[in-house]
Amino acid sequence: MSDDKITLEIDGRVCTAAPGEMIIAVADREGIVIPRFCYHEKLSIAANCRMCLVEAEQGGRPFPKPIPACATPVGEGMKVLTRSKKALDAQRGTMEFLLINHPLDCPICDQGGECELQDVSMGYGEDVSRFSERKRVVKDEDLGPLIATEMTRCIHCTRCVRFGAEVAGLRELGATGRGEDMRIGTFVGQSMAHELSGNIIDLCPVGALTSKPYRFTARAWELTSDEGIAPHDGVGSNLQLHIRGGQVMRVHPRDNEAVNECWISDRDRFSYEGLNSPERLKAPMLKRDGEWQEVDWQEALHAAVDLLKAPGPDQLGVLVSPSATLEEQFLLQRLVRALGSDHIDTRLRQLDFSAAAADPRLPWLGVPIAELEQQQAALLIGSDIRQEQPLLAHRLRKAALSGATIALLNPYEVDLNHRSIQLRSAPQALDRDLRALLKLLGRPPVAGPIAEPDERHQRIADALTRAGQAGKGLVLLGALAENAPVYGLVRALAAEVAAAAGCQLGCLAPAANSVGSWCAGSLPHRLPGGAAPARPGLDARAMLTDPRQGYLLWGLEPDRDLADPILAMSALRAAKQVVACTAFRSPALDAVADVLLPISAFAETAGTFVNTEARWQRFQGAVPPPGDSRPGWKVLRVLGTMMELPGFAQNSAREVHDELASQCRDLTPDNQLRGSMPATDLSSATPQGAELFRLGNVPIYATDPLVRRASALQRTPLAEQLAVSLHPEDAAALGLADGQLARVVQVATNGECIEVNAPVVIDDRIAVGCARIPAGVEGSGELGPIMGPVQISKAGD
Amino acid sequence: MSFRNTPLAVIHDVDKETLLTPELRAEIDKHVAKYPPEWKQSAVMPALTLVQDHNGGWLSRELMDQVAAYLDMPETAVYEVATFYAMYDLEPVGRHKVCVCNSVSCMLGGAEELMHHIEKKYNVAPGGTTADGKLTFKEFECLGACRHAPAVMVDKAYHECVTPEAIDKIIDDLD
Ligand code: SF4
Ligand code: FES
Ligand code: FES
Repeated sequence: MSDDKITLEIDGRVCTAAPGEMIIAVADREGIVIPRFCYHEKLSIAANCRMCLVEAEQGGRPFPKPIPACATPVGEGMKVLTRSKKALDAQRGTMEFLLINHPLDCPICDQGGECELQDVSMGYGEDVSRFSERKRVVKDEDLGPLIATEMTRCIHCTRCVRFGAEVAGLRELGATGRGEDMRIGTFVGQSMAHELSGNIIDLCPVGALTSKPYRFTARAWELTSDEGIAPHDGVGSNLQLHIRGGQVMRVHPRDNEAVNECWISDRDRFSYEGLNSPERLKAPMLKRDGEWQEVDWQEALHAAVDLLKAPGPDQLGVLVSPSATLEEQFLLQRLVRALGSDHIDTRLRQLDFSAAAADPRLPWLGVPIAELEQQQAALLIGSDIRQEQPLLAHRLRKAALSGATIALLNPYEVDLNHRSIQLRSAPQALDRDLRALLKLLGRPPVAGPIAEPDERHQRIADALTRAGQAGKGLVLLGALAENAPVYGLVRALAAEVAAAAGCQLGCLAPAANSVGSWCAGSLPHRLPGGAAPARPGLDARAMLTDPRQGYLLWGLEPDRDLADPILAMSALRAAKQVVACTAFRSPALDAVADVLLPISAFAETAGTFVNTEARWQRFQGAVPPPGDSRPGWKVLRVLGTMMELPGFAQNSAREVHDELASQCRDLTPDNQLRGSMPATDLSSATPQGAELFRLGNVPIYATDPLVRRASALQRTPLAEQLAVSLHPEDAAALGLADGQLARVVQVATNGECIEVNAPVVIDDRIAVGCARIPAGVEGSGELGPIMGPVQISKAGD
Repeated sequence: MSFRNTPLAVIHDVDKETLLTPELRAEIDKHVAKYPPEWKQSAVMPALTLVQDHNGGWLSRELMDQVAAYLDMPETAVYEVATFYAMYDLEPVGRHKVCVCNSVSCMLGGAEELMHHIEKKYNVAPGGTTADGKLTFKEFECLGACRHAPAVMVDKAYHECVTPEAIDKIIDDLD
């Protein structure tokens, strides 16, 4: 290796570099500061701001002019001077030009105090401007509810434009016009509609693009900063929380190459707004004679203890949000098991548990996140990945751009910003395409219906085989598969496909701590550390189809977060005791609970999330929970102690973590399925006669109670409303036109029949025979199973 | 703008056979053929020129969008090109374009006088179109004919060392 290293000198310091590296990258590594605006290590080189000019010589011959450090590759024996008179003069000159048109509005600019332009002009700018002509003014565009613009401040570094083309894969912003008239904008004035759009706020070196929700609420120097972990998807993006007066004022990414690089999704960036929702539960509440009353903790806890003890060992069901911290999940399972049952689950939207016995020990992504981009082929089964894990979609996009084959098998064609092969099948028929793939991969046929293999199947099989031989192939299962009524079968077939092609099998964790549940034992068939209990308890679905007398709900809304809202609500309504621990009030909780205990939400408690690559990430509480609400683990500790149960004496979240960690020492990620191919009975899942199949996706901003209350996100174009999306053929057969109101009739698992009206969207990306009706959104709580047969007709007929 | 990868291609959800006209598509295809497939966006300038000529000298947003769709480009990237170059007009124009160079050699050689003359005589400001729709009068950056300043481009023809009298003659000769 040593001979393809280059030695050069920067400001007298001897540095080594790889051939082709730019001077600025080497200087950054050495901690030598070179000012810059347009350069960004994750973006292509534009070299248009000229702020990074340095003096250099090569082979004893000086370059005639200062050279841009961001666009000049290093050479052997090069000498670079970043602070010589010539370099500084050039930098000062550039600065003067950049400031010609930049307004002097720092006092009213949100970027003030954390502005790259401000900082650099402090170092290189002059006090007095020699420019006495008029400055240009640029009209602003409305880029939607997330990003505020002040385009007069733009210095045309084009970072935001390059981000769109290179990272987001969607060119919304462009540089139109020329010279004095050049401006950055969409030209046609549309809202940004991309799940990573907020990153341009961080990229913009000036105050041209700032955060709209945060705008004018605080100054950079008033904020303190704390580390956090994102609470939504299985990526577990590392965050920097900016805090003032005990409130999260905004959220920024924290660099972690292995997890989120330097990006975060808009969901992770703006969901903090939900913390201040008017629905925040700030005091314990007790239902007395059907009336809600605020009570003190003492009273509420006593009531909760009585309610939890009343149902008796087998009659208590515990439903836990998969974004609950590891500590909370650990204590919850301890509580329910100490009370004598194993009825606890976090897989709230899953319908098919028939293959639970085959569940792997610790389902995970199959490869580290950072290795996604090195895959040569990936087959995603049942995943709208841009909505589910935006940053994993970004990694796969990188793989696709460097030539990988990305294939998807989904009930609807998903929007991707790279080349892909998309197969489309109704959720209950996903298995057919997998059998077709197996056939092409030369496996003996697996009993059951099979799709006619076509050229796309062949391309996928070939790509997977090739990638498998190189050890760089993946078969991934997403949320649409996990929530499908044939999950057990699909997963088993997916494992077969992976094995036949020599690829890894992986699971895309839908929530921040889905993987954590397998460690903490907050599942009916897993104890902490991954062992199986003597007899598994009831899973999330069985607890409702076979109703319990009492329930404990943790961090969820029963009408939005459960697979079958109608079933859930009727079981909960009929239950005698319902204790809900929640950060938010909601009509559904009000209707079913007997006591509401206010617990911490994101950023308000110490805890741990285990992300999709099984990485444990601890965090501290950054702000106090509002009002009388308390960190969840503390509430559980007190409940446990009051019930005189063993193992609730921890003094800190750290202690809870350490106790669990010691039990998980031998628990390594493992996707190996146990047992043989499950014989799933599909009859109840197959539409009869004129029925269609409801395909319930969980839209990006509907995943959990916090994001559903983040008001700016809810106003973006990506926030889906309740609607029935149909393939044009189905719509025509039903006589429905786009925008018309449809009547949706669904039969819940308990036989209850339910009817809802929703507007029709005609979309030829939906598989024929399917009606896409999202779950988790307003109004979806009136419906039955997230996936299953549904009758659609014209409303009013 | 330099991008790390080949330029972002966007497959638009339209049937290309419905875009522009068959003749225009055939003409554009000749330019597309000059570049490697992943660089077919390079044909955007001749494509815009063809479409503009076909549309009476200007480009509407719909037409730019169609060019974007035809060349698998993001719309924004087409707007960038169309707004950068002075030879594209994004609003309806007169039957002829009179483009007077405003750059340094021509300025010194009398372009200013020439422009005042046109402005007064034909009652049209730079960037505007005469009331009879005959001319659109444009200021251009250096036309690259500096040694015979001032230079004027009328439609596609260059005229050099143009005096006010000469420009009147040229304009008179237009239909
Ligand atoms: S808006 Fe900001 S990031 Fe975009 S070009 Fe202007 S200064 Fe650069
Ligand atoms: S940082 Fe080098 S030219 Fe902008
Ligand atoms: S300055 Fe007019 S043609 Fe060059």
